[in-house]
Amino acid sequence: MTLARRIIPCLDVDAGRVVKGVEFAGLRDMGDPEELAARYNREGADELILLDITASRDGRATFLETVRRVAQQLNIPFTAGGGIRRLEDGNAVLRAGADKVTVNTAAVERPELISELAAQFGSQAVVLSMDVKKTTAGWEVFIRGGAESSGRDAAVWAREGVSRGAGEILLTAIDRDGTCSGFDCGLTAAIAQQVSVPVIASGGAKTFDDFLAVFGEGQADAALAASIFHTAEHSIGSLKKYLAGCGVPVRLSR
Amino acid sequence: MKISIIDYGAGNLPSVERALRSLGAETECVTKPEQIAAARALILPGVGHFSAFVTGLRERNLTAALRDAIAAGIPILGICLGLQAMFASSAEAPGDQGLDLIHENVQALPTNVKSPHIGWNQLRRLRQSILLRDLPDDAYFYFAHSYAAAASEPHTAAACEHGFPFAAVLEQNNLMAVQFHPEKSGEAGWRVLRNFLEWAQ
Repeated sequence: MTLARRIIPCLDVDAGRVVKGVEFAGLRDMGDPEELAARYNREGADELILLDITASRDGRATFLETVRRVAQQLNIPFTAGGGIRRLEDGNAVLRAGADKVTVNTAAVERPELISELAAQFGSQAVVLSMDVKKTTAGWEVFIRGGAESSGRDAAVWAREGVSRGAGEILLTAIDRDGTCSGFDCGLTAAIAQQVSVPVIASGGAKTFDDFLAVFGEGQADAALAASIFHTAEHSIGSLKKYLAGCGVPVRLSR
Repeated sequence: MKISIIDYGAGNLPSVERALRSLGAETECVTKPEQIAAARALILPGVGHFSAFVTGLRERNLTAALRDAIAAGIPILGICLGLQAMFASSAEAPGDQGLDLIHENVQALPTNVKSPHIGWNQLRRLRQSILLRDLPDDAYFYFAHSYAAAASEPHTAAACEHGFPFAAVLEQNNLMAVQFHPEKSGEAGWRVLRNFLEWAQ
């Protein structure tokens, strides 16, 4: 009886389409969110994350409609976020069918947002998303899609987020995002040791051994990937079989 | 058959509803005591805080109706916080009273494990289970909670362990409950819901 390590595909959506960038820039169309969600659900994904990367506020209704449609495809947990600034934004996403909501920039600017969401929906529904880059100051949290330094230390911010009620940390290594150069295991382990909640590692997944490393030395509870699954370079099922063969506890669907 | 899903003002009703409908059940969301009194089978889903949950039930005058329905033998399935609500109280909200159908208390997960307990975990069966019928022993279910009721002989059919062995599947006459989310647990979870539907017929 063991808590399984989770494999989580992520859909970045813009105007109702799944897109993918490299190091947070240069977007490419990767397909239809409903189709991809249905495929991942079938292939044995342990959860799905949907992130709104639309910059404009008027894209909000489109995003909520995407959340609603994707939720219909799933019988696994579903997290949605991107641009969540107020309690009402979180409520709208959860009402549209998500089980959890992620917060990022707005939580850095107003940390009370985490407390408000946790008080209303419970910690299990609040995922603190952090985009982190190594600078001369150490591991630093960046906001606005990685464009701007927040001046906050990643470990300090992770601890504050958890004390305010975040139930999970989604940790993205900006320098690795979309580069397929492997997860940043050093960063992931450093944060996992600092907090009492599960840590989802993100950014850089390419090979099966990258996942093995992030669950081993990276101490991650879950690993997120986008490009490698979207392009069908790897199926989630074959990844999980590989991990199981290496002794990592994973949920194998039959 | 028609399944009445109790709507206490928050919670994951749409996904529970969708799962039941896909399994061929007719569903209705109920918010009034007289609807509970007329129900043939009940589902009590719950997420969030214990206090908000039991207060939501009380403010809608559903507490007594629920206790009466359960005493009358109506099949009921509690989900997640809906399992915890069956107990006398919870460490999450020491001042608030649960439905007290099981005279024990819900505890916080210990500090030596990650909390919330989020993710897919397996069960240890303590006895034959109606809800787990036809499911392999190593099936995984999705959990998301920070509090749990200790596994205990009379009511626990299957336990999970995270810090301590806790009640993951509770079966006591017509009172059934699961700490995991069957509606979010893939095929295995839907099998649990189907087993409940078949048993409640």
